[in-house]
Amino acid sequence: MAEEKKLFKVTIDNITIEVEPGTSILNAARMIGGDVAPPAMCYYSKLKGSGGKCRTCLVEVAAGSTADPRPMPKLVASCRTNVMDGMVVKNITSERVIDARNGVVEFLLLNHPLDCPICDQAGECHLQDLSYDHGKEGTRYEFNRRTFKKHDLGPYIQLHMTRCILCYRCVFTADQLTNKRVHGVLDRGDHAEIATYIEKSLDNDFIGNVIDVCPVGALTDKTFRFKNRVWFLKPVDAHRDCPKCSGKVTLWNRGDEVFRVTARKDQWGEVEDWICNECRFEKKSTNDWVIEGPTKVSRQSVISQGHYEGLKMPKETLVEVLDGRKPRLLMDIHDVSEVNKPTVDLSKIAGPAHSDDFK
Amino acid sequence: MQALTNRAKPVDRKPMTFVERLYLWNIFKGMLITFKHIFKKKATINYPEQQRPFSPVFRGLHVLNRDEQGRERCTACGLCAVACPAEAITMEAAERKEGEENLYREEKYAAKYEINMLRCIFCGLCEEACPKDAIYLSETFAPANYQRKGLIYGKPDLLIPDPVTQPEEYKQALGNRANKQQQAN
Repeated sequence: MAEEKKLFKVTIDNITIEVEPGTSILNAARMIGGDVAPPAMCYYSKLKGSGGKCRTCLVEVAAGSTADPRPMPKLVASCRTNVMDGMVVKNITSERVIDARNGVVEFLLLNHPLDCPICDQAGECHLQDLSYDHGKEGTRYEFNRRTFKKHDLGPYIQLHMTRCILCYRCVFTADQLTNKRVHGVLDRGDHAEIATYIEKSLDNDFIGNVIDVCPVGALTDKTFRFKNRVWFLKPVDAHRDCPKCSGKVTLWNRGDEVFRVTARKDQWGEVEDWICNECRFEKKSTNDWVIEGPTKVSRQSVISQGHYEGLKMPKETLVEVLDGRKPRLLMDIHDVSEVNKPTVDLSKIAGPAHSDDFK
Repeated sequence: MQALTNRAKPVDRKPMTFVERLYLWNIFKGMLITFKHIFKKKATINYPEQQRPFSPVFRGLHVLNRDEQGRERCTACGLCAVACPAEAITMEAAERKEGEENLYREEKYAAKYEINMLRCIFCGLCEEACPKDAIYLSETFAPANYQRKGLIYGKPDLLIPDPVTQPEEYKQALGNRANKQQQAN
């Protein structure tokens, strides 16, 4: 007779939950959900071996277990610490944790350039959210931020090494999704950088997923680069029959143009299904996709500013009132405006637009 | 109904007396007020010869700012457009090429930038939202126009003159407010 599995009882921020042995504190907190779940910059539940690097998920363990109820002397990284039976964890209820997290954010931002106005990740950047919640207004760092030589990763992926926080997520992605990893972290300490050893482009079929995995704007989509800001785009769920991947994606539309294709993300900002490069970079037309409907966007996100979900257009009564006559159009904005010209499809340009694209 | 204030006065419904029925006294009282105003200070000025000073918080026509070297400050981050309650601002961004470093301050810039002055309500939220000090509301009125199409302002209309090549025009465009601030510093 199979023995019934013993569940561990763990209390996180005064909320008790029963989880299976071997669950990390972070995952137990995510099962409770809401504010109790610590933020994570490097841990990624779909990538084996990730976590333990950024230290944003630090929590206080007030009691180790029922057998040994002594508190742990130092804050622990919740993504790498497994729960014990009777463990008591403090996350947002602990002053020490909040203080330590503020410190960690300050460290993460030491070398981060804060060029959010230029960065394509702005609006969906985890570091932006984190520093908004925990960051200080100014920096105490007195030295120059580290800079790097520009490194070309091919026609699809743009690398901005200055923005990298060395979470290693992209390295794990390349290891676990592709058969041959060609990029990695070179050098040590302050010189550590994501690069290919000899100038080499990343061209594996699934390497585009490093863009979705990157918590900051270090790896961004070159086919979408500077085309539009994410909060002006309308995210819709769509799918297609793809022989290589699941084909379940989010399209980022503006009008009928598909500006960007990404994988669908869950509430923790993690990819639900990995998608292939062909889906991500080549299929930039609405005809390629079967559209399911608008993506659910969190109310707290700037992307929800367009009010795309549950949009109800009021009934147009003018034609009825005018006995079927249509109102006369006094000015077609496209006759005057230089922006959003119907003849120019920004989404069809291979890379970022340049000055000669607007002539 | 209960009165909202205690200032309501009951209407006097007594029949008018003989003097009141002549109306002469009342006409005289009214004319006296009119003649008094001839000797008072005028409330109007002879615009455009004379001009009133602007309030320090006046919000007029937008300008797109340049830095000291004459490079455009705007990076097309879209924060003004998202802050705009009238949805008057639109833009298209482009990547700076090599050799254009003297034109644009950052790697990304606004290739097209448009403000629809028909929609703009001059609230100044774009100025507040701008992280790069790129857009300012000046002390100029938005000029009137006979046609709608003349009120879609593009980058040539909005950009401030180059301080390096056109220092005179640049100084004029800065306006009195900026000059006063410089003197104070």
